[in-house]
Amino acid sequence: MSAAQTVQQSFSSEVKTRTFEVNERQLSLDRLVRRIGKVGLLFNPIFSFFFLWAPILVLVIFSFNDSRSVATFSGFTLRWYLNIFSGAVGAGDNFSTALLLDSLRNSLVIGVIATLISSVIGTMVSLALSRSDFPGKRVLDAVLYLPVVIPEITQGVSLAVFFNAIFGWWNMTTGQRVSMGLETVIIGHVAFTISFVAVVVRARLADMNPKLEEAARDLGANEWRTFWAITFPLALPGIIAGALLAFTLSLDDFLVTFFTSGAGTNTLPVFVYGLLRLTVTPEINAISTIMILASTLLIGISLALQGRNAVRG
Amino acid sequence: MTPDVELRQVVKEFSAAGKSKRAGYQVRAVDNVNLQIAQGEFFAMLGPSGCGKTTTLRMIAGFETPTSGEIYIRGKAVHDIPPFHRPVNTVFQDYALFPHMTVIQNVMFGLRMEGVPRQEAQRRAEEALDMVKLSHAAARRPNQLSGGQQQRVALARALVKRPSVLLLDEPLGALDLKLRKEMQAELKTMQQRVGITFIFVTHDQEEAMSMANRIAVMHEGHVLQVGTARDIYERPVNRFVADFIGETNFFVGNLVEKRDKVGVVKLADGATFEASLPLDASSVSEGKVTVALRPERIGIFPPGEEDDMPREVPLNVLEGVLYEMDYIGTDTRYTVEIAGTTLVVREQNVDYEDNYDFRLGQTVKIFFPAVSATILQE
Repeated sequence: MSAAQTVQQSFSSEVKTRTFEVNERQLSLDRLVRRIGKVGLLFNPIFSFFFLWAPILVLVIFSFNDSRSVATFSGFTLRWYLNIFSGAVGAGDNFSTALLLDSLRNSLVIGVIATLISSVIGTMVSLALSRSDFPGKRVLDAVLYLPVVIPEITQGVSLAVFFNAIFGWWNMTTGQRVSMGLETVIIGHVAFTISFVAVVVRARLADMNPKLEEAARDLGANEWRTFWAITFPLALPGIIAGALLAFTLSLDDFLVTFFTSGAGTNTLPVFVYGLLRLTVTPEINAISTIMILASTLLIGISLALQGRNAVRG
Repeated sequence: MTPDVELRQVVKEFSAAGKSKRAGYQVRAVDNVNLQIAQGEFFAMLGPSGCGKTTTLRMIAGFETPTSGEIYIRGKAVHDIPPFHRPVNTVFQDYALFPHMTVIQNVMFGLRMEGVPRQEAQRRAEEALDMVKLSHAAARRPNQLSGGQQQRVALARALVKRPSVLLLDEPLGALDLKLRKEMQAELKTMQQRVGITFIFVTHDQEEAMSMANRIAVMHEGHVLQVGTARDIYERPVNRFVADFIGETNFFVGNLVEKRDKVGVVKLADGATFEASLPLDASSVSEGKVTVALRPERIGIFPPGEEDDMPREVPLNVLEGVLYEMDYIGTDTRYTVEIAGTTLVVREQNVDYEDNYDFRLGQTVKIFFPAVSATILQE
């Protein structure tokens, strides 16, 4: 059949079109379902926020409660906050301002040093993972995130066993006695915060246009100068965000610290735990509230830095 | 004179992603490419995506190393030379401007890396920005500029280095049509002014034809044809080139006789006509061939009007059935069936009204001179 004949045939053939009828009942039912859905969606976030924040809110409220009891709220006071810093003992023999400040100092020293080390290592790891190819890369990639998901208690116990084994061997070969302390806590914190830094920095690097580095090399910069002129400044918000996250995690950490600190090295969370063993006092509520505030601030800055765009050129 | 850029039997293989890596499975992105690009030439590499044009460009820039073959820039083999030591600069597809630097800092970057003192770098960067008419935007950040302005900064940043060769990787791809036309003209003028060799990668055949002195048409890693826009349009070497550049009719027939520059082709229905042999006449032999014929080179007449046909040149006349006719403003497109193949004929609408009265299903006559048709190997 020639094409011209096909054209003529298609004109003569009858064309059927689809029609439709409106079912009013079905239509109003659909509208009702949609309305219920809308209300449900509205309550969803409210409910989950309540679930997340109610216990914390209770703690914050009772840190201002003018009574030792947590059963009733009998008026607003800043007494407990003042107590913490004035050394007034409200929580028995375990509490003193000197001990509190001592543990806070430990927390800060551990946090700062661990954060510095894990930021450098974490950044280097994420650079290697996103910019180069080497045997075992996929394995490292998978293993790197393990500390984020495995139970922290496992990490704490394994670190304790590891240090004991090393120190035992050291004692046997050299005769010197070494025990756990600030240094082991720092190593422990570095071990579990590297992953978090790496995750955040890697997200930043993945967002970065790799052509920028090529452009720098094209314009005469060798690899070293390309890194410092292009890669590093562009990854910096990610590195800072990762570092803040690591710092917050280190400050708040209890389990790893507990297992790696040995005797006499208290950090703030370990100190608070020590107080809790006796009784929940309003001072603990006050300390916790301050810690929540500090953590929230740090995480907020970290998130703000991660959200900063303009990475793509 | 030695060519500015020369590629000799360049091959680039990538290992395919995933499992097949273990089996040693390789993909040839660029397959035995030979090119010679003269100094001061505006050279375009044209082809569909995945044809190897960008990989070829990246090998010249130094971002990829050829699997085998050699690349020479100004007569020097550049195999071991990293990108930052090559006298070549690139304008990237998405410009790749440094987002954390101002426009002037972007332009100065390359000079500073060369060790040019700050003041001189600043002066030269300002000159370069002046050349692309962006002096007023020197203190701005790239994300405060429009696409066209970013494109100009990228150009200034590359040209300020005074490279021997400027590489452009689809530099106009992200711009809208109007701006693209403007930038095409501007790039062409700029190339003539600075006299630097431009190597330009594009998938847009019109862009390549309007800007380049010479075009290399690439497909599946091969360079199929290198020549001027006219060569490539009028005398494509094979079916792919003819099809990729502009609109083309193909019909299959038998080459029954080869003469000096023309051959006689016999169609399935027994009709014969003359068509030109390709530039390399030995590439076709008698037997089954494809004939490429541009729609605008064909004339069409309804029956009884043959007397109007021009008589100055010998013409091929064939008979067919008209089964579609579309008015598209500047032209009218006629679809005609001849010996089992459909042919598009495009006639310019020079008058307000049609000259002839065509009806669908009618037997019509089409005509074309032998020079307008090219015989290609099937």
